[in-house]
Amino acid sequence: MPDQQSRMSSGPLVLATPLGVKMGRETMKREEAADSSFSKENVVQTKPKLRVQRFSFFYGPVKSLFNIDVGIPEHEVTAFIGPSGCGKSTLLRCMNRLNDLIEGARHEGNILIDDVDIFDPRIDITDLRKRVGMVFQKSNPFPKSIYENVAYGPRLQGMRNRPMLDDIVERSLRGAGLWEEVKDRLHKSALGLSGGQQQRLCIARALAVKPEVLLMDEPCSALDPIATGIIEELLFSLKKELTVVIVTHNMQQAARVSDSTAFMYLGQLVEFGRTKQLFTNPSKKQTEDYITGRFG
Amino acid sequence: MKPWVRYFFGSGELFIWGCGAGLSLSLLMIGGLLVLILLNGFGYFWPADLVELTLKDGKHVIGQLAGEEVSPKGIPRIRMKIGNRDLYGLDYRWINTDQIIERTKPPDLVMVERREWGNFYGRLGTLHKEDQIVAEGSDAVWQSLPPLLRHQESSETESGYTLRIVDANGKEKSVSLSQVMRVLRPNDLSTLEKLWVYVGNVWTVLTTEPREANTEGGIFPAIFGTVMMVIIMTVVVTPVGVISALYLREYARQGVIVRTVRIAVNNLAGVPSIVFGVFGLGFFVYGVGGTIDALWFSERLPTPTFGTGGILWASLTLALLTVPVVIIATEEGLAAVPREYREGSIGLGATKWETIWKVVLPTALPGILTGLILAMARAAGEVAPLMLTGVVKLAPAMPIDGTWPFLHLDRKFMHLGFHIYDVGFQSPNVEAAKPMVYVTTLVLILVVVTLNLTGIVMRNRMRKKYAGSAV
Repeated sequence: MPDQQSRMSSGPLVLATPLGVKMGRETMKREEAADSSFSKENVVQTKPKLRVQRFSFFYGPVKSLFNIDVGIPEHEVTAFIGPSGCGKSTLLRCMNRLNDLIEGARHEGNILIDDVDIFDPRIDITDLRKRVGMVFQKSNPFPKSIYENVAYGPRLQGMRNRPMLDDIVERSLRGAGLWEEVKDRLHKSALGLSGGQQQRLCIARALAVKPEVLLMDEPCSALDPIATGIIEELLFSLKKELTVVIVTHNMQQAARVSDSTAFMYLGQLVEFGRTKQLFTNPSKKQTEDYITGRFG
Repeated sequence: MKPWVRYFFGSGELFIWGCGAGLSLSLLMIGGLLVLILLNGFGYFWPADLVELTLKDGKHVIGQLAGEEVSPKGIPRIRMKIGNRDLYGLDYRWINTDQIIERTKPPDLVMVERREWGNFYGRLGTLHKEDQIVAEGSDAVWQSLPPLLRHQESSETESGYTLRIVDANGKEKSVSLSQVMRVLRPNDLSTLEKLWVYVGNVWTVLTTEPREANTEGGIFPAIFGTVMMVIIMTVVVTPVGVISALYLREYARQGVIVRTVRIAVNNLAGVPSIVFGVFGLGFFVYGVGGTIDALWFSERLPTPTFGTGGILWASLTLALLTVPVVIIATEEGLAAVPREYREGSIGLGATKWETIWKVVLPTALPGILTGLILAMARAAGEVAPLMLTGVVKLAPAMPIDGTWPFLHLDRKFMHLGFHIYDVGFQSPNVEAAKPMVYVTTLVLILVVVTLNLTGIVMRNRMRKKYAGSAV
């Protein structure tokens, strides 16, 4: 897949465009042209935003994550790939402690955000979840209006000022590339949007609380290629503002959008590295087998 | 086995037909019941023509035709409502058709509605004031009556007029004019005028109080009592049921205890309602009510204030009766809220309570309303527990009136369901009361339908507010 590999080092930030795939392809061609002159490959990251240290996780008696160590660089897109059930979603959900909701779940080891342990009992868990936003596999807008969906987070923080809310809603929707499509129907039900629009609404909803990290759990798995393309382009603009961690089934997607990639298998982190390196020159046999399609 | 037989059984065709047949049968039975109630209920208000029969033995009968059938002996006969209870003792009479020589509808036949003894069918005789004859002859009296009746309606004093009315066979009867409510000549009315009388009759029944051991007059207190009881019950049962369901579904640790509680709640829905009545009497009336009396109304004892049946205790008893329905429906509504909504909300930094309050409950609201609709329908139709906890056949005062504190929750009240039982089965003159039973049943059904429709409209509006428009 030479085409993808030349694309994945796409350094220049591409702004999300609602015009769809055609425009997207043209942009990508321009990226290819820029590829030879500019590459972020193998740039050493000084300090990771999120650091997972010797982290293990148990669902009751079942151990599902084994001693994971990984550092997620700031203002980049980090992808987690691996076959179904390898624990990548579990790890992602641990990063904002969503797994706390599951009865009988427990963990060992630490996850640090800016060197603060998120499992520290002194930490305010709602504050953590505001800093670490989440976009789910299945788009889940609340059965409320588009406006109310985006304003949900700020309202939780006690914001009542209407003009400020209006401003946040508009900025978040613009950030998710949805504003032009919905600005005339802000007070209509969010469930009337298409699947791709709903997913971007969920991104806008997460952006409205100004998170530092955005976790995305297979955000495109239920979307058609056009909607997927729009969201992938959105990632390039998002990483200017925040750190993105994306779990995906789709290796091509990981290659296209991410700067670093982690390959997980059976609850273990097999390999973590710069995306280009991992896809072109994997150091582990398992990784090579997986990305060349021999299993998974 | 022949192939088509195997196909018929194997394909499930048999069961589709069976289900269809079962549904059709149910619909037919419900439809038949409704048609019966509608016909009899709405027919009651219609001022039917008065028929005068001349019989073979030379006697005359005046009345309204009330049915035709072939008697068990094979003789065709008709049923007449002959009224004049004070003269004949009975309201209805069977007459064999072969006894009838002639049927006529003379326009001067009158129907006199009296405050006592029911309707009088016959002809107007004379009108007296004290001992003086004011008018004589059917038409003359007819002409002079309307202004007198109108005057009587507005003034309280006795007018001193006496009306002499004559029955089919010339028997005279004197009635003080103050006993007369209305005089009609049904045979002389056009269809439009009859319709006007019809509407008036409906209005009277819906807005006035009952007369004559509930067999005549209106049923307004019963309608009011029913609606008010259902409203108080709803106000009580909603928070209790919803909070219980919230705890069971969202907070309680799912285990043996919660499962046991859930089974117990389900079984509670199957307890006979009279048992709830007994409990209500023992706990609410004697227990709670008696304590309230002892603490705050001791100066009135031994006359009980709250320590006797009343609308509050009846409503609370019904709330107990219907709370399982609300709990079950709410739990199902909560369980149907997708996990993604909760995770989405919690992922945005909401606490569990904020998630429940802002996302889960609004989403489950249509399900909760469905439970309330079922509860209201059940409560409106329930009679047995009310008989022990505060319903009476004739309430002297309404639960809401102009005297302070306006809302009297300790008062006894009337109820449509109990009214049906009382009028239909406890009244001294069951035959005469029968139309009233149909009317009351009809009104009860209409009240339940109205309450339910309100709930359904609210629910649909809520659904529409949130549901996606088809793209």
